[in-house]
Amino acid sequence: MNHDAYDDNYIRSILNNVKSIAMVGASPVNVRPSYFAFKYLAQRGYDMIPVNPGHVGKELMGKPFVASLADIDRPIDMIDIFRNSSHIMPVVEEALKLSPPPKVIWMQLGARDDAAAEKAEAAGLKVVMNRCPKIEYGRLSSEISWMGVNSRTLSSKRAPIPTQGMRLSLNRTSFSGGQTAASDRAAKNKTETT
Amino acid sequence: MTDRLPGFSTLAVHAGAQPDPTTGARATPIYQTTSFVFNDADHAASLFGLQAFGNIYTRIGNPTNAVLEERVAALEGGTAALAVASGHAAQLVVLQQLLKPGDEIIAARKLYGGSINQFTHAFKAFGWNVAWADPDEIESFERAVTPHTKAIFIESIANPAGSITDIEAIAAVARKAGVPLIVDNTLASPYLIKPIDHGADIVVHSLTKFLGGHGNSLGGIIVDAGTFDWSKDNKYPMLSEPRPEYHGIRIQETFGNFAFAIACRVLGLRDLGPALSPFNAFMILTGIETLPLRMQKHCDNAKAVAEFLSTHSAVSAVNYAGLPGDRYNALQRKYAPKGAGAVFTFSLKGGYDAGVNLVSNLKLFSHLANVGDTRSLVIHPASTTHSQLDDAAKVKSGAAPEVVRLSIGIEDKEDLIADLDQALRA
Repeated sequence: MNHDAYDDNYIRSILNNVKSIAMVGASPVNVRPSYFAFKYLAQRGYDMIPVNPGHVGKELMGKPFVASLADIDRPIDMIDIFRNSSHIMPVVEEALKLSPPPKVIWMQLGARDDAAAEKAEAAGLKVVMNRCPKIEYGRLSSEISWMGVNSRTLSSKRAPIPTQGMRLSLNRTSFSGGQTAASDRAAKNKTETT
Repeated sequence: MTDRLPGFSTLAVHAGAQPDPTTGARATPIYQTTSFVFNDADHAASLFGLQAFGNIYTRIGNPTNAVLEERVAALEGGTAALAVASGHAAQLVVLQQLLKPGDEIIAARKLYGGSINQFTHAFKAFGWNVAWADPDEIESFERAVTPHTKAIFIESIANPAGSITDIEAIAAVARKAGVPLIVDNTLASPYLIKPIDHGADIVVHSLTKFLGGHGNSLGGIIVDAGTFDWSKDNKYPMLSEPRPEYHGIRIQETFGNFAFAIACRVLGLRDLGPALSPFNAFMILTGIETLPLRMQKHCDNAKAVAEFLSTHSAVSAVNYAGLPGDRYNALQRKYAPKGAGAVFTFSLKGGYDAGVNLVSNLKLFSHLANVGDTRSLVIHPASTTHSQLDDAAKVKSGAAPEVVRLSIGIEDKEDLIADLDQALRA
């Protein structure tokens, strides 16, 4: 898997197939990116579980916080990790001990740990790094186009009427294949120039 | 299966525009409304808090404008865009995100005269200083870098003479200085040059010119390349620091590689107010659908006219990068191989009076202060836009008394040449 540039179909298949998502590092503070993403994904119909030992006893969008992945009482399809790159490996190791293990490890924008990714992929999991599922969902459904964002998709079909909480169709034609994203070039340039 | 990468012309017609969800309308509807109803109080709070994507008020965003934004972002290869009321508004909104009083930008000396005025006078009153550099001498940009420098600003094809800028060389200076490169791509349009491919971090346009293309609607746009790390050294607090306007959100942390476009929208457009009318957005979108066809015709006509003028007995010089002997011809072949654009200048042997006579004798060319129209346009800068300058200043700014500027339209080139020929003989 090329973790510098994902094919849209790879991201699309993950977002279409997972049903339950444990968000490690979810915050109840409503200006944190994890809060935004949690709320958005819950409204799109995903079964969201907030994981944060600092907030056990509280709820996020009506879902009780759990202290660790091991405390979740049902199988989890995807782990969305809202932690710095240096805290990824222990989460992945914990995820691989679950029975059944999750299908997908997703690391948030800015987070990347290639060794942890390799370990998860060796165990048959799919891995996404340095992306936000809210942004990717919004992009592939074109909902994010309301913000002037280049969705890198085209469609000549009438869009479903976008009401709150409804799952928009991800079934649009991508035109980048993830190959040309300026952000990917930026990530590359950054390591060259800093 | 990897999806196929569509070509420029396909994107020019389709990018951003899906049939309307409620009516099935295939052309993009004009959402001529100030405001949008909320589903409920929580939805409203989510939108105001930037937690959800959606429409609130047309000063912040509008569905017609959003189609235009996505289309230009796709054509330029950026991550996102923001449409505003004019090219000048685009420059204001961009620099508001980057500069505090006492900060500086380095700008190419060869710019649209309106930009020179805006930077020299209006922005100076905000405490934003400009250091001028010569795009024909890259070292002058390096020498101008100071600890207060926050951005470098150039035009890809520069006013008034259609000279071509070495974008990659100046992008290297910007990278070394740790500041973003802003490129005004108005005269090239993304059909001729895509500055992001050459290292630009931000692209701005006057949509009024070739993108709209018909001389009927003002507009401007800002394209975010998604290439700059705004949080690296806290030089850009609008993007890297918690924003009090939004309860402490950090824009780059929250929006990743399209953070600059979001900052321009929610901090710039929201608070400064230069919103684009949805009607203008519709007119410009319609224009963009034919951009590749028009731009090629503009360039082909301009080359034919430049070749004609270069052999004319009344003409002493032609500045057109598409001519083999031109000093910018090598840069044109590198950056804009499909054509050198449609705006250029030439000099008359008869001086100031010959310039005035030519303008009054032309029958097809319109005498006005715009470029990038379907119609061919002419202006004699020394007697109009630059008439307040003394002769030495006119020469320095490329508006010497004998200089005439043309913006070649998409008429039949034979008719344009015949009109110039009769006017030069008259």
